[in-house]
Amino acid sequence: MLNALINYQFIRLALAAGILTSIVCGIIGVIIAEKKLVMLSGGIAHTAYGGVGLGYLCGFEPLLGALGFAICAACGIGAVNRRKGASSDVITAMLWSFGMALGIVFIALMPGYPPDLNSYLFGNILSVTKLDLYLEAGICIIVLAIVLIFYNDWKSYLFDSEFAGIIGLWTTLLEYSLLIMTALAAVILIRVVGIVLILALLTAPAAAASLVTKKLGKRMLLSVLLGIMYCTGGLCISYYFNIPSGATIIIISVLCYFAVYALRKTAKK
Amino acid sequence: MKDAIEIKNLNVSYGKHTALRDISLSVEEGEYLGIMGPNGSGKSTLLKAILGLVPAKSGEIRIFGNTLHDNKKILGYVPQFSDLDRSFPISVGEVVLTSMQKGGLHPFFRFSKQQREEAEKSLEAVGLSGYSDRSISQLSGGELQRLLIARALAAGPSVLLLDEPTASVDPKSRELIYGLLGKLNKKITIIMVTHDMTAISSEVKKLACLNETLVYHGEPRLTEKVVSELYGCPVDLIAHGLPHRVLKEHDGGEHCC
Repeated sequence: MLNALINYQFIRLALAAGILTSIVCGIIGVIIAEKKLVMLSGGIAHTAYGGVGLGYLCGFEPLLGALGFAICAACGIGAVNRRKGASSDVITAMLWSFGMALGIVFIALMPGYPPDLNSYLFGNILSVTKLDLYLEAGICIIVLAIVLIFYNDWKSYLFDSEFAGIIGLWTTLLEYSLLIMTALAAVILIRVVGIVLILALLTAPAAAASLVTKKLGKRMLLSVLLGIMYCTGGLCISYYFNIPSGATIIIISVLCYFAVYALRKTAKK
Repeated sequence: MKDAIEIKNLNVSYGKHTALRDISLSVEEGEYLGIMGPNGSGKSTLLKAILGLVPAKSGEIRIFGNTLHDNKKILGYVPQFSDLDRSFPISVGEVVLTSMQKGGLHPFFRFSKQQREEAEKSLEAVGLSGYSDRSISQLSGGELQRLLIARALAAGPSVLLLDEPTASVDPKSRELIYGLLGKLNKKITIIMVTHDMTAISSEVKKLACLNETLVYHGEPRLTEKVVSELYGCPVDLIAHGLPHRVLKEHDGGEHCC
């Protein structure tokens, strides 16, 4: 593996992508788990497929299309959420399928032989390009800055958003930036594990971290470290056994969660 | 005495459903008002309207003569502890500190030593000194409710609004909370939504009974007898106005005004 790391650029890019992704997912994962936005982020991620299709149809970078669709979905769901009464579950579920359906139709409208979309659906970390990496690095910096600079505001908002609103915190802004960051995290994950497998990498590290620590900051840090471990571990295993990388990463992260859970249970006894 | 809160002809509705109808109510500075009413009578909505969380369809709410927009520092809100996620990773001290960030956003914010001391003082006031580093998941319901009072106090409010502070806490905590509110009332105006009759008999200075509209508002002489009459009388009053609906509601209503 070390040899491969030195010799092949695509392995280096893959590793860098894995680390950047883990940082974003670790932080956003903890937040969406606390805010109970997991299903909503699934909806945002799947809507992005429509953007991938549009990118192919119109001939621009599919990942940028995904970014646009994900952000629109996030803002749309946010607006529905603010109007109490309309059920955001239902809207989320509809957008989820609607985005996928749009993607399929866009691809079908393309002239000529349809492209292989497996890498968008199930991820292929080994196909990460430099452009992808720049996009991921940019997203990573944005998310880190927003969360770290306003850390105390986030904590107030996450604990009790109603109270935070009463004392005058800009909760609407925080809410929308959270949704948009979720969209960014979803897009960054598409390359690594693919649209279909995103939810596991968003939730598994955060869930394992929540079993171990009761401090928000530590939880985020631990979840980032776990994510990096899963991604590098998954990358190594998939390289040696020549199996799909995205799926390997997901299997490792979910198994690790259950291992931590079992360890905690036995330690308590 | 000056009016702390003055509500004039307030109407609030959620879509087609009317939650509050033509409420006019004033609360003097230093008052301790109890608001009672059956479930779904709009008690919590009234609190939320005062806090500006639900928009008024018509009417006016003034707080020390000003409109809602200037009220952020004056009003302290204590929600029911059961509304919050007790597994959230935050310590007791941190919860109190959250009320010290006011307005907007706070980049690179660090709490000052003075703020930490003030937070500790509010914890002391509710009998939770020394709990600062504990995680909130280790608190009992009553302790968490008192913590929420401490959080509201830390912001230095002139009016404290409480939504059923003694719902689902044990009797000992309930007594602690009432004792605490009685003490606080020497400096702060208190408005409390409650289902609890003992509160009305012990501390509350004025009573408002609510069922969509204001059914009773007055100064009860706080003997057991008056209170028990109060408990019955508004129900009769309502029954004359809207017999079917109210009687139906009262079938299952173990808590009513």
